[in-house]
Amino acid sequence: MNGVEGYMYPNEISLFWSILIVLYPYITGLVAGAFILASLERVFRVEAVKPTYRLALLTALAFLIVAPLPLVLHLGHPERAPEMYFTPHSTSAMAMFGYVYLWYLMAVLVLEIWLDYRAEIVALSQTSKGILRLIYKVMTLGSNNVSPRSLHIDEKVGWIVTLVGIPSAFLLHGYVGFIFGSIKANPWWSSPLIPVVFIFSAMVSGVAGVMLLYMAIMKLRKQKIDMQCVDTIAMYMFYIFIIDFSLEMLDLVHRIYEADESFRSLDFMVHTKLYFSQIVLQIFIGTLVPLFLLFLTQVVKFKEIVRKRIYVLCGSLILISVFAMRWNVVIGGQLFSKSFLGYTTYKVALISKEGLLVSIGLMVLPLIILAVLLKLLPPWPEKRPQAAAAD
Amino acid sequence: MNQFKDAGHLFRFAGLFVLAFLVFLVVRHFVVPKSFGEYGHYRGAAIGEIAALPIHYAGHQACESCHSDVADLKSHGKHAHVNCEACHGALEKHAEDPTSVTPKLPDTAVLCARCHTATAAKPKGFPQVDPEQHSSGVPCQTCHQPHSPAVDAGGAK
Repeated sequence: MNGVEGYMYPNEISLFWSILIVLYPYITGLVAGAFILASLERVFRVEAVKPTYRLALLTALAFLIVAPLPLVLHLGHPERAPEMYFTPHSTSAMAMFGYVYLWYLMAVLVLEIWLDYRAEIVALSQTSKGILRLIYKVMTLGSNNVSPRSLHIDEKVGWIVTLVGIPSAFLLHGYVGFIFGSIKANPWWSSPLIPVVFIFSAMVSGVAGVMLLYMAIMKLRKQKIDMQCVDTIAMYMFYIFIIDFSLEMLDLVHRIYEADESFRSLDFMVHTKLYFSQIVLQIFIGTLVPLFLLFLTQVVKFKEIVRKRIYVLCGSLILISVFAMRWNVVIGGQLFSKSFLGYTTYKVALISKEGLLVSIGLMVLPLIILAVLLKLLPPWPEKRPQAAAAD
Repeated sequence: MNQFKDAGHLFRFAGLFVLAFLVFLVVRHFVVPKSFGEYGHYRGAAIGEIAALPIHYAGHQACESCHSDVADLKSHGKHAHVNCEACHGALEKHAEDPTSVTPKLPDTAVLCARCHTATAAKPKGFPQVDPEQHSSGVPCQTCHQPHSPAVDAGGAK
């Protein structure tokens, strides 16, 4: 049979979870990672990363808005999506996603962004014209109170929201890892380490994503990149990436040492079907190369331009590596037979509901949303309007 | 009091949440079917609705009450446990009105291959062939009588 090697059960030949299901953990990972970067400044007081604080929050929001779209497209019937809210199924991890998502979107991200931007929103509601004025008016919720005391309260509450946001970000992405890690019938997925690996790879991809966005936007705006900020982000990215890589290797070593009945089959798959995406792309090009380069930036004093280029290269490689990791987990877990005697093939369609073009669209969409958010809520300090002190 | 005044916007945000929750409850009240959860995580009334759907299959007893000769032949062959409508399709309408509703005879070249095409997933003892190699498109009933398919039972008349 075309694309099948060895023996597959009939229902294993076509993959059920396509590239859209690869995108889903990738996008939620970017959200969680971007939020963790924002929390570095807010909770852990890493002042150097302050220039990216608001950008990180808006990036997280833009990607979070798009996060459920791959699922809706994959499942079809978007009109049925609200049913998971109306008739909550408490014993289904997948059905609980709606609540985890809504909590993270409304109680964490939207609230934190609103609190942080409130003074500007009030000012913009007074200085803008036309439809924008109306939008800002609605966003003030009818309160123009920007007294020092009210802003102080915002600061305190915002801090608490970020504090709550950190476990929430872990919950959101840990949940995505849990979905795979808890499938005991699939030896490629079934591991309690998967949620943890997902969280750390999410963090590293989100941090890399925001760093690249920050550098690209600064370049587009013809402004100077704050190198202290980017150096600090790269340092944290390096540390988190080391933890992420160690955990992934721990998982790998554990599998090799345990060598259960699935091992020979999975080992063969890694050396054949997944060789390029896992060994070459994820581990070598996407992990060892950036780790080595980031290590160099920590021990050698490079010129600014060299550091910038290394960071752009490493950030891009990390994004590719984490995407490859999601691919290897989601697609890899469906390429082998439960009989451990055969393998199937996955070919991404170009134009279909779950094809390549749709996937590219889903990755571009958050950037468009982010561009709108950046226009609506500029994160740049020089654009901050002064609010008239009014009640 | 002043403290609450300066936190007024937070109450507005909280109020928005409460409002959204109330809207959710109202919408939920109207969109969730009344019988949902009666027996489990599904609409209880669905059971009655499914039971009320028109019947399509007559059941082998209905077939055998008229076609006793075929039932007799079938009972001695390998297909004894294959239900009539598994091959002939749903025939409730024919059972209700045998004269005006005449079922179409299945095309054995297609029908038999559905079960008897060789795949590695089937048990070794199950009769399975490569249809192209086995008969080159000649209808199976030329040699096999479908109701008792062993070759010595003779082809269909």
